[in-house]
Amino acid sequence: MKMPERQKAPFALTNVKLLDPSTGLDEPGAILIEDGKVKAIGATVASQLSSDILRVDGAGKIAAPGLVDMHVTTGEPGAEHRETLKSASQAAAAGGVTTMACMPDTDPVIDDIALVDFIKRRARDTAKVHVHPYAAMTRGLKGKEMTEIGLMIEAGAVALSNGRKAITNAQIMRRVMSYARDFDALIVHHPEDPDLVGNGVMNLGETSTRLGLAGIPAEAETIMVARDVRLAQLTGCRYHASQISCAESLDIIRRAKDKGLAVTCGVSINHLTLNENDIGLYRTFYKMSPPLRSEAERQAMIEGVADGTIDVIVSAHDPQDVDTKRHPFAECADGAVGLETMLPAAMRMIHSGQLTMMQAIKALSTTPAQLLGLDAGSLKPGMPADIIIFDPDLPWVMDRDMLQSRSKNTAFHKAQLSGKVLQTYVEGQLVHHYDPR
Amino acid sequence: MAFAHHHLLGIAGLTPPEITALLDLAEDAVDISRQVEKKKVILKGRTQINLFFEASTRTQSSFELAGKRLGADVMNMSVKNSSVSKGETLLDTATTLNAMHPDILVVRHNAAGAPQLLARKVGCSVINAGDGAHEHPTQALLDALTIRRHKGTLEGLVVAICGDILHSRVARSNILLLTAMGAEVRLVAPSTLLPDSVEAMGVKCFRDMRKGLDGADVVMMLRLQLERMNGAFVPSIREYFHFYGLDEEKLKYAREDAIVMHPGPMNRGVEIDSSVADSGRSVIHEQVEMGVAVRMAIIELLAKNSLEAQPVEQD
Repeated sequence: MKMPERQKAPFALTNVKLLDPSTGLDEPGAILIEDGKVKAIGATVASQLSSDILRVDGAGKIAAPGLVDMHVTTGEPGAEHRETLKSASQAAAAGGVTTMACMPDTDPVIDDIALVDFIKRRARDTAKVHVHPYAAMTRGLKGKEMTEIGLMIEAGAVALSNGRKAITNAQIMRRVMSYARDFDALIVHHPEDPDLVGNGVMNLGETSTRLGLAGIPAEAETIMVARDVRLAQLTGCRYHASQISCAESLDIIRRAKDKGLAVTCGVSINHLTLNENDIGLYRTFYKMSPPLRSEAERQAMIEGVADGTIDVIVSAHDPQDVDTKRHPFAECADGAVGLETMLPAAMRMIHSGQLTMMQAIKALSTTPAQLLGLDAGSLKPGMPADIIIFDPDLPWVMDRDMLQSRSKNTAFHKAQLSGKVLQTYVEGQLVHHYDPR
Repeated sequence: MAFAHHHLLGIAGLTPPEITALLDLAEDAVDISRQVEKKKVILKGRTQINLFFEASTRTQSSFELAGKRLGADVMNMSVKNSSVSKGETLLDTATTLNAMHPDILVVRHNAAGAPQLLARKVGCSVINAGDGAHEHPTQALLDALTIRRHKGTLEGLVVAICGDILHSRVARSNILLLTAMGAEVRLVAPSTLLPDSVEAMGVKCFRDMRKGLDGADVVMMLRLQLERMNGAFVPSIREYFHFYGLDEEKLKYAREDAIVMHPGPMNRGVEIDSSVADSGRSVIHEQVEMGVAVRMAIIELLAKNSLEAQPVEQD
């Protein structure tokens, strides 16, 4: 493909199928890009291009806004051997993710303005895609003392998170929510009650009984979601349940939305495409938090995305290495990498007819951008040219050695997938290119 | 004999004919152990390593004796603390051991699935000597042998397993084996000590011990560990014993010829009354004897199968 390393002059992506959930646009056409922004988009753009403009032929593939991943864990700072911002951004680019929001559970925890600034600077200097740090809601993520929420938001933190730990003390949660509201900061919480989780390591049920593993009941999630929704109502804050896994959580979220509360939720691609049976005989790459649930719960999650109760799909990218994963199931860390497989895995639901491409891209890009208040997730003229060219049908077999990520703990090793990102642009610059030939 | 397994990781995966064949072979081993000359040479030159991450006196010595009576060189490795706390992973340990070329690796670990993990990484046969709350296959086999010697068969028997089912690998392996062999298995425990959806394994659950024991041929008691009493899973020892301790009064509900079993070590006065434990109906000491026999049988079978070495997974 003829595309200069640093593209300065205007260029056009032609012969593409335009797909933009922010406008409902779904038609063949072209996109004109100038100064890293979308200049024009539509069916008639190609015919109006002057002859000296560089044209990149999209071969009829889909052009959509780059994905916005609200849940990415890297190892920087503190565990760079697992993932750096640079390596995560390479993985992101390969997966069509042009914006990633990075979790605060690093070492040290992102609970101070200097650390927010550190992430932003490191990302500016090393990352290929947009990086936005979450700020910790409580110091050290300990769930006890509120952090300098206002200062960190002012320093550029995109939203508030308590990482993979829930805040169990309702009074502290209430105060954080109440205070965050003054800054219109989004609270992104991991709703899983650690007391009910106990020593549980997988979904509670027949499978956990047979494997002799302690189970986690759905109530560990639903009770926390219900509490959070009530506190959101009390405080008026914007609340987002970062990952849900149970049909009953959907009911709670649905009722909150019906009441008009500013409550939203996300689901990981893992909980949409995998279930507890994938654990087989103790495969640790399928150990996650929340745990993979039953097939019925998985189906409910897909319906939740389709009917709009679930707003966002995340990769829940969580790089773990031999030192944390190659242990007996109960002793190993949670999490799987996901940046590079999120969209191809999501294609399974599109190919099966359970989601439309528009619904998927909306949950993967447009809605998360809106929730985080970012200029992303849209191809409207004037928006940054964060764009993916995507072949929805290209068949391929995943292999963990193909991953850009430093950690290879993928739940999709040897999976047959249909659909691949061919080109990824960030502000009009090509950051990833895959040639199927 | 058809026993096409390289490892013994659990009862799950064994067919009823394989179980029967194993028990038959164990009968021969009982005879060997009762002779004055107890040594065979079948495993001469072979190395057996007992790798115990959890303290165990009786299982470890039983495996040691079984290996030695077959003529193998047996080495005991007790890793007191979990390997994780020492900074070495289980797999590092496995790789190290693999380099010593053992033929049989007997593993006990506090985490469910640890022997599965090891079996994928070492070239030798792995025997699960108990993994977390998952399985303890040789215990179920020795229990089955003991029952069969008393009742002639397993099929159609009513076996009541009583006590801490939730945390018990012995219970899981016994459920799998006994239901596969056509026995009726009942579980007797308070709800806090019953695993979720356990009925799906083909058992019936009873909270009332007298009903659970009604007409039972075999009463199998399980150990309740100290840290699980006193308010954690049950309110107190005396309350537990009142409802779930096996005494002569409750035992009357079982059949007159019912046998009483316990995998040991017993908590007298907690799950079992001494008068029952020491009575003529108790086969607890015989279980220990059968333990050596079934372990000899399984070691012998796996050693024969391991002549063709298995490939080791590289990742």
